This record gives sequence, structure tokens and C-alpha cells, in this order.
Amino acid sequence: MTTELKQKEEVKPELTSAEHPATKYLREERLPHIWCSGCGLGSAVTSLTNAYEKLEIPIDDIGVVSGIGCSGRAAGYFETDSYHTTHGRAIPFATGLKLSNPEMNVTVFSGDGDLFAIGGNHFIHAARRNLDMTVICVNNYNFGMTGGQFGPTTPRGATATTSPYGNYENPFNLPDLAASAGAVYVARWTSVHARRIQQAMEDALSKKGFSFVEILSPCPTGYGRKNDLGEGIDELKSYQNRAVIKHESDPSEAEIERDPEAEIVVGNFVDIDRPTYCEVADDYLQSQ
Amino acid sequence: MSTEIEKEKATEKWPTDKGYIYIREDYCKGCGYCIEFCPQEVLEESAGFNEKGYHPPEPTAIDKCVNCGFCSIICPDFAIWDEKEGTNE
Ligand SMILES: Cc1ncc(C[n+]2csc(CCOP(=O)(O)OP(=O)(O)O)c2C)c(N)n1
Ligand code: SF4
Ligand code: SF4
Ligand code: SF4
Ligand SMILES: [Mg+2]
Repeated sequence: MTTELKQKEEVKPELTSAEHPATKYLREERLPHIWCSGCGLGSAVTSLTNAYEKLEIPIDDIGVVSGIGCSGRAAGYFETDSYHTTHGRAIPFATGLKLSNPEMNVTVFSGDGDLFAIGGNHFIHAARRNLDMTVICVNNYNFGMTGGQFGPTTPRGATATTSPYGNYENPFNLPDLAASAGAVYVARWTSVHARRIQQAMEDALSKKGFSFVEILSPCPTGYGRKNDLGEGIDELKSYQNRAVIKHESDPSEAEIERDPEAEIVVGNFVDIDRPTYCEVADDYLQSQ
Repeated sequence: MSTEIEKEKATEKWPTDKGYIYIREDYCKGCGYCIEFCPQEVLEESAGFNEKGYHPPEPTAIDKCVNCGFCSIICPDFAIWDEKEGTNE
């Protein structure tokens, strides 16, 4: 191992923690990862591995599924069962995984473009059916991997490679979409709320049914640069100022404006119970 | 009131963990998140470069570390983490 640990061994031989806590769940031979300096994806991965650890879910019972994109690279780093699927198809793949192995804890980890542009239809139907899985969307308001095109969450007026004069389309409000389609747990946080994200992930993973966590995340290379947001750290500081926590508020009021001063509503919007797809199917088939 | 004084008070009032910090310099991409968001101002940017050309953080006030783990969770590159070394009475 080519670690360049700073103080280990020579100074504090009695201490043992020579690994970052996330690496227990990751394929270390693939690290360091490819993501840019200040990209929010790595922090989201740590929040997730911390949640697995806190809930003591055995590594063999976890399946992580991603589509395509920078966010889609995440699955490839997990040393759980993990699947880097085709663009937009993380949820169909996760559905098959869950139905064939109902004991598996299935997490979909993917981007705004993957889950809501090409994969949008799968999202609404998985929510409608209340499939027992957790979907984590790292929303960086653009297609980061392919060079910063606008997508279904790009705020109005924002600049992207494909909207040089500003985006005039109306974006999705993801918590509202998830709640309307039938998700039983819906939360939104920003990358600076790393602990809250971990807590939301713990809640989502423990929840039976379709749970959704949106993470508003810096993409300094794509969206950030084109919209004069500065470095990743400037984006995180701006989230600190803009975020207003409104638990159990109406998600339809949680629209995101491009204006760098405008308030962004975060919090846990939905936490309800209704029978899952597998429960409904079992009941129905037994009654026949 | 200075936040410095508030923090001093907070750590005086309750017994806190005493933390120890590890930095894996070759993974660091110099985003500065750990330095900016450490609640105890334990870290500073180092003068040296790593092999990628970034300045990794260095703990310049390790005595103030309370093992809260925020640097480890906010670091996007799995490059910094903490361990409990003892308790501050
Ligand atoms: C079928 C297909 N169409 C288009 C692409 C090109 N493509 C790769 S990633 C991507 C968008 C990813 O956006 P998002 O999910 O937001 O991920 P990010 O990179 O922003 O994390 C697209 C359109 C592809 N790989 N496959
Ligand atoms: S392009 Fe954006 S999303 Fe992709 S790794 Fe870089 S910062 Fe992250
Ligand atoms: S563990 Fe907490 S107090 Fe210690 S360096 Fe990290 S962020 Fe600062
Ligand atoms: S948060 Fe991680 S990558 Fe960023 S400066 Fe600190 S150690 Fe380096
Ligand atoms: Mg994206």
C-alpha cells in the first residue's frame, strides 16, 4: 500500500485506525477515484457507507446499483454486490435484483440526468409500485460527465453547454415528483449537510418501501464553472447560507431557483407507510 | 460574542473525546472542505505539495480535536479521518 499517512506509527503506535471508515465498503484497488477536486460525490459515498455501518447491514446483504454518469461511477467503487448498469436503467436492474433476492438491501445511487431524464419513467413506476429500495440522487443540475449539458433539474436561467443563453425549460422539483409518484420516504439535503444526509440515508435504508434522498451537490467543473459559482467550497458555503430546514413541509414549495441568494428548502418531507410491491403481490396471489 | 469563545466554553462544559487525525496525502485533492468545516479549527493547508500538486491539510492544533468525524465525512476523497485517543476531562 502506498499510503503516505502523516503521523502514524512513529508518533502514535497504539492507535490502529489506518483506514478511512468508508474504505471498508470500497474496492480500494480502484482508489483514488476519478471525481474532480471538490465534487460532492465522494462525501455522499461516505455518508452512505457510514449509514450501512451504523445500521450494521452485513456487506453481503447490500446491493448498490448505478446508471451512467459521474454519479454512475459510484457503484464501481463499492465492494458490496454492485452493478454499473446502462444509462437510465439502474432502477429496472435494481427491481430485478430485489424481486429475485427480497432479503437484499438494494440502494440505487445515481445522477439527476440518469434517474430523471433517460430514466425518469422507471423512477415514477418504481415509486408507484412502492418497490422496497432506496434511491439516492446526487443532483448537480447538469450532465457532468458528458461536458455539462442542461438536464431535467437545471434551474431556469442557468447556463450549460447546451443552454449558452440560459435554460428556459421548467425543471423538475425532485422531492415533489417523488412524493406525487408515491414514495414513502422523501428527503433533500445539500452536500454541506453530511451528517443529515447520513441520518436520512439511515432512515431511508430502514424504511420498507420506496425511499428517496436527493443530495444537492457541487459540480465545480461543470455547472459551477458555467454559472460563476467559484470552487466547490464556495458552493458549499452558499448552501450553508441558502438552506432552510422545513421538515414535513409541502414539497411542492421546494422549487430551486438559480439566484445564488434564493432560499433552498431542505429537510425530510415525507415519511408514511403503505404496503410494498412484494407484500401486495404476495397477498393477492395467496387470495387467488 | 466571538465563536472562538463559544467553542472554548462548549468544550469546557462537557467532557469531549480527544481526537487524533490521519491524513492520506496521496488521495487529497486540496478542496479545503476539512479545513473550512472543522468546528474546532484543527487543520490548516500545508505548504508542501502532494504528487497530484495539491496542498493537503495538516493538523496544526490537534489538541483541539474532539473526534467529531466531520472532516472524515465531508472529505470527498477518503483522505482524512479521526480516531478517539482519549477523553478531555
Ligand atoms: C444511451 C446513452 N445515452 C447517452 C449517454 C451519454 N451520457 C453519459 S452520462 C450522461 C448524463 C449523466 O448525467 P447525470 O446522471 O446527471 O450524471 P453526472 O455526470 O452529472 O453525475 C449521458 C447523457 C450514454 N452513456 N448512453
Ligand atoms: S464533472 Fe462534476 S460531477 Fe463529474 S466528477 Fe467533476 S465535479 Fe463531479
Ligand atoms: S474530527 Fe472534528 S474536530 Fe477533529 S479535525 Fe476532524 S472535524 Fe476537526
Ligand atoms: S477534505 Fe479531503 S480532499 Fe479536501 S482538502 Fe481535506 S483531506 Fe484534502
Ligand atoms: Mg448530474
